[in-house]
Amino acid sequence: MSGSREAILEAIRKNHIQGDRARPNVPLFDQAAPADLKELFQKSLERMGGKLLTPDAADPMAPVRQAIVKAGPVLSCVPEFEGDMKVTPQTKPTDIALVEYAVLRAAFGVAETGSLCFTEKQLLVNTTGFLPQHLIILLDPAQIVYNLHNAYQRPEWTQAHYAVFQSGPSATADIEGVLVHGAQGVRSLSVLFHPAS
Amino acid sequence: MKVGLFVPCYVDMFHPETGIATLELLERFGLSVEYPVDQTCCGQPMTNTGCEREAAKTEELFVRNFEKYDYIVTPSGSCTNQVRHNMTAIEESDAVKHVRSRTYELVEFLHDVLKVDAFPWAEFPHRVALHNNCNTLRNLRIASMTERREEPFSKPKALLKMVKGIEFADLTRPDECCGFGGTFSVFEEGVSAKMGQDKVTDQLKSGAEYVTSSDSSCMMHQEGCARRMGANLKYIHIAQILNGARA
Amino acid sequence: MTAELHEELTDPNADQLDHGAASSRPLKSRISEPQPRGAKVHGNRPIDQSEAANRFIAATEHEAMHDARLWDLRQKRDKEMHGIEEWEELRDLASGIKEHTLSKLDYYLELFEKNATANGIKVHWAKDGAEHNAIVLDILRKKGVERLIKSKSMLTEECGFRHFMAENNVEVIETDLGERIQQLDDEAPSHVVVPAVHKLRTDVAGVFAKTIGSDPDNADAHYLTECQREATRPLILSAQAGMTGGNFVVAETGTFVVCTNEGNADLSANTPSLHIASIGIEKLIPGLDDLAVFVRLLSRSALGSPITQYTSHFRGPREGGEMHVVLVDNGRSERLGMEKFWRGLKCIRCGACMNTCPVFRRSGGLSYGATYAGPIGLIIDPTFNVHKYRNLPYSSTLNGSCTNVCPVKINIHEQIADWRKTLAGEGEISPVKKVMMKAAGEVLASPVVYRASLPLGRSALRHLPHFMLYNKLNTWGRKRDIPETPKQTFNEWYRKNRKQQAEGGKS
Repeated sequence: MSGSREAILEAIRKNHIQGDRARPNVPLFDQAAPADLKELFQKSLERMGGKLLTPDAADPMAPVRQAIVKAGPVLSCVPEFEGDMKVTPQTKPTDIALVEYAVLRAAFGVAETGSLCFTEKQLLVNTTGFLPQHLIILLDPAQIVYNLHNAYQRPEWTQAHYAVFQSGPSATADIEGVLVHGAQGVRSLSVLFHPAS
Repeated sequence: MKVGLFVPCYVDMFHPETGIATLELLERFGLSVEYPVDQTCCGQPMTNTGCEREAAKTEELFVRNFEKYDYIVTPSGSCTNQVRHNMTAIEESDAVKHVRSRTYELVEFLHDVLKVDAFPWAEFPHRVALHNNCNTLRNLRIASMTERREEPFSKPKALLKMVKGIEFADLTRPDECCGFGGTFSVFEEGVSAKMGQDKVTDQLKSGAEYVTSSDSSCMMHQEGCARRMGANLKYIHIAQILNGARA
Repeated sequence: MTAELHEELTDPNADQLDHGAASSRPLKSRISEPQPRGAKVHGNRPIDQSEAANRFIAATEHEAMHDARLWDLRQKRDKEMHGIEEWEELRDLASGIKEHTLSKLDYYLELFEKNATANGIKVHWAKDGAEHNAIVLDILRKKGVERLIKSKSMLTEECGFRHFMAENNVEVIETDLGERIQQLDDEAPSHVVVPAVHKLRTDVAGVFAKTIGSDPDNADAHYLTECQREATRPLILSAQAGMTGGNFVVAETGTFVVCTNEGNADLSANTPSLHIASIGIEKLIPGLDDLAVFVRLLSRSALGSPITQYTSHFRGPREGGEMHVVLVDNGRSERLGMEKFWRGLKCIRCGACMNTCPVFRRSGGLSYGATYAGPIGLIIDPTFNVHKYRNLPYSSTLNGSCTNVCPVKINIHEQIADWRKTLAGEGEISPVKKVMMKAAGEVLASPVVYRASLPLGRSALRHLPHFMLYNKLNTWGRKRDIPETPKQTFNEWYRKNRKQQAEGGKS
């Protein structure tokens, strides 16, 4: 359909708006960033419907185990936690639908919005972010950035083919504004601050 | 300072007391005020409907009537907005430019030009809900709007605060349009009336005894809805309160 | 079927429901009431929005819920705005970035194409909806696709995509809950962000009972949502292709971004191995710095939540997968040349103008009888069909709230007024309005004629001058009392009481 390509570009050139419209310089708006971003991250995460697990210094993975309260397969995508399942080269995207809990590590977090960034590198199979019923996420507190401007300075955007900010669990309010978690994606999302080894 | 008074058509017809109060109020400040008797309208009904060509002669007449004044003052922000921002059906001559830039809504004239700091004669011991016409609010910027992140301000409230005994009633949707909308009120009557009823309900809930505004047009619509609903609310133009009306 | 309740909702005193798209306080319709349907469409005849709006208002429970729900979104938006010191600066930036990009749109489109292609995305160009549909069908046929899952896209609504695919035996499954409700009810979305916001829970229960076999007497939102999840999931898992729209397209990195709250775009894109994205050519922005501005503004403006639950960035197909982007013009390049109306191309489809619009909240989005409803619809729809949508720019009081909530600062209410001028200039105005305004213009241009037209007789039926009442019925008086006419006009009073000045003021 190269005919349409040329026709569209030609029409755009013909109809271009007049005047010099310089590209604005976007500031980072991060002068007010607190030194410790954990607190703001927690507040934002909870606002988005996520939960922060209480760390246990003696047994770092105990909070993860305690968060698993429903029966069903647990998929681990992290070396720190032994689940029932692992992603293998044979794993198909649809296989993840059987998973009750997936344990993942986020590439980084965003304090402004309580967002967690995942790319295919952390997800292994992209559907591990959405097809499980519940997510438990490890986040290195050193990998929290203040706001979205800072977030888009990160290297992930030009390295990954797929990257997602997940901010709380799947949510809908399409029926009379009633909040329901787990419309299509995960029903709950818990985060444990845990430095990367 | 020579001031020309513009009394919008519906004020002339239905609310002469608003015109009188505006005139008397301006005279209290020692201004020489004249009302050109051959005036009709600002042209808004036609412009508002998109019929710019049909507005041209009315606009010409407006300029002929008012070009000789230093300021043109009117108790209507909506008409002021028409003159200042939308009077474009006629050629932009020097006279047109003069009239368009010198036309002021009463409140902004008192607040910004005369910089009035007292109304010693005014006393209004009632609970009052303030209504801002949308053109006056968002195009003339007579007050801050809830849509924007800006420092709160309100010129009409600043003036009303100088009136003895007045008490303000807060609306839950202070900036919500009441549904008058000029010719909208007749062309889209169903939605217009529903918006008016909702506005009246909000005013009632606020515990207001009076509603005031610097625009009679919105209040004419609201009052029409209130009467039909049997709502016990009174509507009074801000010019009357500032001029010393007691009720 | 049991639904998993979030604890906020199990606490009867909870009022903190304000994340995602949820309302900040519980709203619940009290009665069941038949759902009013949208505007009556008769071929190319001008849509009568007010007729449909009146039916919506007559359905009092629907109107009240719709108004309360959308006003709540507006208030949540305000709250977010107050939490961001640089809010107005962000709006300026967003507007500036969009205007800059539109001024070099050919450059940025080619840059995106180059970068996306380098990352393995196949980029297609479609001049209109028909070509878009044909391109997608061709991709699907080559892969033998029978079932397609898709996330919400206003562009595919523009293209009549669902109906086209149905005619070509491809099953399309909408995965956004609201959009799925609308699909199952064979109704268009009524709002760009919350497509089923005009429906009560009982309406949804009725639709689901008929289509997915839920209990017709259970109108609990959790139950209904859960039923839909259970019914849709097998379809998602068995689909051979996924389709999404795109909220933003980043030229410099070849990335397109999709924002959802349900995660359904991610499911649609990542579950099957074939992902097709349909994207309007105006969605381009230059770089990632710019993207930050829009992601910060989008959900805050739309729903009053800091970000959508999912913000997904696609830069290339996954291993073994296939990714296509169809860049669609469908009138956009022509709009770019419309001096008064090109700014509508800055729109990011957040729906804030709809939420704040007092007319939209009382009318319901389907009353507009067009793909785009509300303020943004009034200025976009006539570019698609000037005759059919000629009445829409009159469905506004020109109050300007829309312009001031718009995150990209589109001068919406000014464009609505400009459309009225343009339409009247092109003869696309209803005869009633035309005749009435011609008469008004003549009367108001002459002080003598004007004074003579006033209701001096004060007879009961002639309270308003004729130019205000030239209509089949006196619409003013249906639901409003007519103002009492005083004994004398101001003009008469002045002539009597300021005789001397009256002489001086003669022109």
